[in-house]
Amino acid sequence: MQISVDVQAAAYLVSAVLFILGLKGLTSPATARRGNVLAMVGMIIAIAVTLLSPDVRGYTLIVIGGMVGAVIGIVVALKIRMTAMPQLVAMLHSFVGLAAVLVAVGTYFNRQATGHLDTLLMAELSAGVVIGAITFTGSLVAFGKLQGILSSAPLVFTAQHWLNLALGIATIALAVDFAINNHLFSLYLIILLSFALGVLLIVPIGGADMPVVISMLNSYSGWAAAATGFTLQNELLIVTGALVGFSGAILSYIMCRAMNRAFVSVILGGFGVGEEGEASPMALAAEKGVKAAGVEDAVFWMNNEGARVIVVPGYGMAVAQAQHALKELMELLEERGATVKFAIHPVAGRMPGHMNVLLAEADIPYEHVLEMDEINPEFPTADVALVVGANDVTNPAAKEDPSSSIYGMPILDVYRARQIFFIKRSMRPGYAGVDNLLFYRDNCSMLFGDAKAVCEDLVTALKAG
Amino acid sequence: MSEPLVALYVFVLACFVGYFVIWGVTPSLHTPLISLTNAISGIIIVGALLVAGFERASLTVDVLGFLAVLLASINIFGGFLVTQRMLSMFKRKK
Repeated sequence: MQISVDVQAAAYLVSAVLFILGLKGLTSPATARRGNVLAMVGMIIAIAVTLLSPDVRGYTLIVIGGMVGAVIGIVVALKIRMTAMPQLVAMLHSFVGLAAVLVAVGTYFNRQATGHLDTLLMAELSAGVVIGAITFTGSLVAFGKLQGILSSAPLVFTAQHWLNLALGIATIALAVDFAINNHLFSLYLIILLSFALGVLLIVPIGGADMPVVISMLNSYSGWAAAATGFTLQNELLIVTGALVGFSGAILSYIMCRAMNRAFVSVILGGFGVGEEGEASPMALAAEKGVKAAGVEDAVFWMNNEGARVIVVPGYGMAVAQAQHALKELMELLEERGATVKFAIHPVAGRMPGHMNVLLAEADIPYEHVLEMDEINPEFPTADVALVVGANDVTNPAAKEDPSSSIYGMPILDVYRARQIFFIKRSMRPGYAGVDNLLFYRDNCSMLFGDAKAVCEDLVTALKAG
Repeated sequence: MSEPLVALYVFVLACFVGYFVIWGVTPSLHTPLISLTNAISGIIIVGALLVAGFERASLTVDVLGFLAVLLASINIFGGFLVTQRMLSMFKRKK
């Protein structure tokens, strides 16, 4: 069975609408799963219609490639731990990038065989190759940093940005040559230079800016798909690419705003210093005038009828896998008549929304999990703020100290709570490398130790009390 | 209107749709948003199918098409499934 071009185009339109409705479903957790299913239906329609198009003649490679891909995709999706989601999406972004490069080169050879090459097509093709190749290697670097294969510290060297600029100009010159003179060799050079650019653009960006990097590469993968759509004159690819491209761009904007950083300064990189060596946390704390407390003190404050507790989780919670202990703590406190809420800063974690997924995984109902703007008015009436693995996003220096590098960043108003308990492994500063002024407040006490161990101790102490 | 210009119209209008739809997404679902966009950017498979299924494809093109289909289907299956897995964790209070 083969179908006409118009039927195919109409079906693609249905797919595009389903993708839009699918994304729209994410407006609320209640409609989100239906949204995902709608998008799946859109994908099935698009693939079915393409397979039936008269342009697709050989099916052997398609079936094998599709089945192998399906098995890999399914296994990975079922096995991946939620803490490793940032690595997974970085990997998937790189696949879209590489696929865009492969499709562009393959299309070039096919059009050459049929004699349908023209300058505009070759210019579009170059754009697809450049964006795809940058997305590919950039995402691989991001994956390496997130997985700990590469150092998450920013890699900065002299004349870095001039080198990038020179490579960028060379790439454009080669693209012009390729489009006008049809030099295949130029296309290969474009691919190589773009691979290099992808690496160079991501290495200077430090670990603290990972949520921006992930969002940005998400956006690039969309533009790569859109560029492929222009090459193939396929409107569905263009629409989908634009949706994904804008999604990533908006997320990048939200992340930058939440850190009070300009997008350009994140891209140029170099932010976030390495870790420092130090003495025992207790000794260092006493020296600096910071108060240490025991879990009994925390339980004394929280274990009351009507006590209002706000938990502030950060990436440290995910690293220590403390979310399940926190869930138990929440249930125990609620049994005793306290209310427990969770406060999420937009850049908590390694990717946008990461904390929400981790808390959801631990079966914490989403009504208990509030965004920064919703929860900030509640801190002044909170009895206890329990900070678990967050740091910079609670630092009042962002409001009070104009000389601080995080000054102006929106923070969670933890300092307004009556009493703060701050779970921390050591007195080490956060990613931004700034001292947290919260520690010197009268109403702040430190609970030193591993986040999971401290939370479990809290649970034990509560059960005993 | 020439074909490339039609494509440009579609692109620009889709950008506006994307802008408004994505601002409506709740921040608590930003991670599933990224994985869902991972899945739907697997739509590049349409291009991969056209390359891999081309009638007079050379061996090079066959290899390119095969790899592109493989990569895109990892995105599609992996992306949709992990999104579904995550979304099923978001529960209301019992």
